[in-house]
Amino acid sequence: MPEKTQVLRIKRQESAKSEPYYEEFEVPYLPHHNVVSMLMEIRRNPVNRQGKRVAPVVFNANCLEEVCGACTMVINGRVRQACSQLANGLGGPATVEPMTKFPVVRDLWVDRAKMFDDLKKARAWIPIDGTYDLGPGPRVAPDVQEFAYLFSRCMTCGCCLEACPQFNSHSKFMGASVIGQVYLMSQHPTGKMNLTERLDAMMAEGGVADCGNAQNCVEVCPKDIPLTTAIAAVGRQTTIKWLRDLFMK
Amino acid sequence: MPGHHIIVGGGLAGLTAAMKLAEQGEQVDLFSIVPVKRSHSVCAQGGINGAVNTKGEGDSPMIHFDDTIYGGDFLAHQPPVKAMCEAAPAIIYLFDRMGVMFNRTPEGLLDFRRFGGTKHHRTAFAGATTGQQLLYALDEQVRRYEAAGQVRKFEGWEMLSIVQDESGNCRGIVAIDTRSLEIRAFPADTTLIATGGPGLVFGRSTQSLVCTGSAVSACYQAGSIYANGEFTQVHPTAMQGEDKYRLISESIRGEGGRVWTYRDGKPWYFLEDMYPAYGNLVPRDIATRAIHKVVFEMKLGVDGNPVVYLDVSHLDPEELERKVAGVLEIYEKFSGQDPRKVPMRIFPAMHYSMGGLWVDYHQQTNIPGLFAAGECDFQYHGANRLGANSLLSCIHGGNICAPAMIGYAKSHTSAASSQIFDQELKRQRESFDKLFKMSGPENAFAVWRELGDIMTENVTVVRYNDKLKATDNKLLEFKDRWSRIGLNDKGKWANQEVLFVRQLWNMLELARPITLGALNRNESRGAHYKPDFPERDDENFMKTTMAAWSSDGPRFSWEPVDASLIKPRPRRYDIEKSAA
Repeated sequence: MPEKTQVLRIKRQESAKSEPYYEEFEVPYLPHHNVVSMLMEIRRNPVNRQGKRVAPVVFNANCLEEVCGACTMVINGRVRQACSQLANGLGGPATVEPMTKFPVVRDLWVDRAKMFDDLKKARAWIPIDGTYDLGPGPRVAPDVQEFAYLFSRCMTCGCCLEACPQFNSHSKFMGASVIGQVYLMSQHPTGKMNLTERLDAMMAEGGVADCGNAQNCVEVCPKDIPLTTAIAAVGRQTTIKWLRDLFMK
Repeated sequence: MPGHHIIVGGGLAGLTAAMKLAEQGEQVDLFSIVPVKRSHSVCAQGGINGAVNTKGEGDSPMIHFDDTIYGGDFLAHQPPVKAMCEAAPAIIYLFDRMGVMFNRTPEGLLDFRRFGGTKHHRTAFAGATTGQQLLYALDEQVRRYEAAGQVRKFEGWEMLSIVQDESGNCRGIVAIDTRSLEIRAFPADTTLIATGGPGLVFGRSTQSLVCTGSAVSACYQAGSIYANGEFTQVHPTAMQGEDKYRLISESIRGEGGRVWTYRDGKPWYFLEDMYPAYGNLVPRDIATRAIHKVVFEMKLGVDGNPVVYLDVSHLDPEELERKVAGVLEIYEKFSGQDPRKVPMRIFPAMHYSMGGLWVDYHQQTNIPGLFAAGECDFQYHGANRLGANSLLSCIHGGNICAPAMIGYAKSHTSAASSQIFDQELKRQRESFDKLFKMSGPENAFAVWRELGDIMTENVTVVRYNDKLKATDNKLLEFKDRWSRIGLNDKGKWANQEVLFVRQLWNMLELARPITLGALNRNESRGAHYKPDFPERDDENFMKTTMAAWSSDGPRFSWEPVDASLIKPRPRRYDIEKSAA
């Protein structure tokens, strides 16, 4: 081992049903190493700190630029993307755990299918007439675009759900990320036209009313998306819709 | 009866095709190793080209076409490139209608920026994450069809092979669930490969970890022609990392970023010096070779390292924030330094494969019923791709293969025998049984690292025939070592190692047409540069390299390039294009 090393204390679990355990690995320290590149180092030499050859740690990662959301993990107790957690400043031994609010597939790999299913429920899309050439889209003011762009960078990584006290593996709450997308759709001139159907989803079980206003989501969002702004706005929109529905009946 | 189609890959090309097919009432099974929203398309930062001519520059699809052919050094078949450039404005408008938050002018119209290899503002962009934004818009549209039951997603599934009938037609695929390791056969009327580039063949590149080229290699080994494999684009400006080389988008140069190093103690803006007509906005291959020369021949790398500066510290911080904040954030995040104050340290890295599966003008491979679109086809970029043409070619490829797939399904209605699926299933299951028994001393990930290092050293920026030959010998050696790999993980659940061992074999197979294609091509053209053959040689090499797999290595043939629309002329960026 070189003089300076980094110790990773990794929470491992063979499958959803097996017992989790912690295993420590020691890898050479390089300041520009990040947690994923260290996990890759372990794959090249999967020997734990006791010198025992073990199965390499299973993990999800893809873009390694913090734009795909795949490598979200809990590192030193905080949920984030592993690729952008540099070794520099990590401290040791550093704890690397899978997200706790989603079913573990194996080791650090969790199944976040619920988030994508919820985007379906929330009908988070612009229902265009067709993909054929219908000319330019609607005009959008630059300030509206700049504001909407903040929300359009959501990578469905799940940090906001991991940090949310209202959300757990049995909860129906769709969470801040989906609400942010509903809000994004209402920023677009065409998306505004179908606001009602998305608000219906937001008023159903698991909708915006389940938010407990802890505001953890906005704290942990790696893209600094103003999620609480979205939650407040969608909350208002649903209230207005609820009142309107009441009087229109 | 609606047709039933398989799409492998959920990036821009695959999702575009899925949307187009579903819109026509067809059934789609969409396979992707990662949830489609996490596909590599998210990494594209800069933008998408379309000659909309909103800046009063007299731009037109014909000029875009000429820039693309010229930039590609006259190796692309011209008719499909022309069709793509003509389709580009409508593609941008479609994505605008789908809700992509493109940057706007004060009047609320789409804004366009300049990219390398052109003199026009032709690149629409959404902040610094255009690829991500386009992918998300498609993801939403496809989810809409998924909710309607027309698209079935198989996320977490990896394609192992295609299934062919007695006449060689593609009848579907065999795929593995990366969790349960269950292997299943999936029949379909047509199959589309949209699995992106082979970045991992070069070890570390700007590409994502799923970009192994494994599915493409499986098709190649089943008889698909792999075309122009030797043409890989090296991006001039990337940060070097232990896990990957992170792209610093060309938009940085487009917005006024300058490349320099120290000479005689003073900053030397060598691109501006060497190429006064285009300056920092020369195409990628030109910039890459200039950096290579400055660092290795002139030994002027920063602090003696293979590094030069990319500098935006002289630009207006507000403008930077508005247009390229995302790119600068990436640099800051992964280097710990603020590029608004300190010049970025960059070096070229493997970025994009112009080569890929050979396809006809309807995106069909030489295997009937098997289509390809996106970076994994060879069609649109010739010997070098222009910046912001990749997102365009992915979407355009997806657009045009969808009707071709429907047409194929309508005209081929005979049922496939179940036997062909059983046979392929058996073959794949036996192959995994063997993988699980591997118990030699080699580590698959370590062999991969070595593969990447030698490919990067010898088959990227500068190519010499003796080194290419030595690399191919090394590839054979790696194949031999592959058979001595030992699995550390014998688990039958979510075993990523066993999947990787198989992918590695496919990478080794694909590395050969890439390396030998380069060896065969004794000229310099676009991204392919041989100092011993410094000139372009149209007489002998204005041809598509076609590699066919055989058990004793790739067999090569060459197809003439359709240059019926623009007469080839020398490609120069030290003077204006109109003067060249």
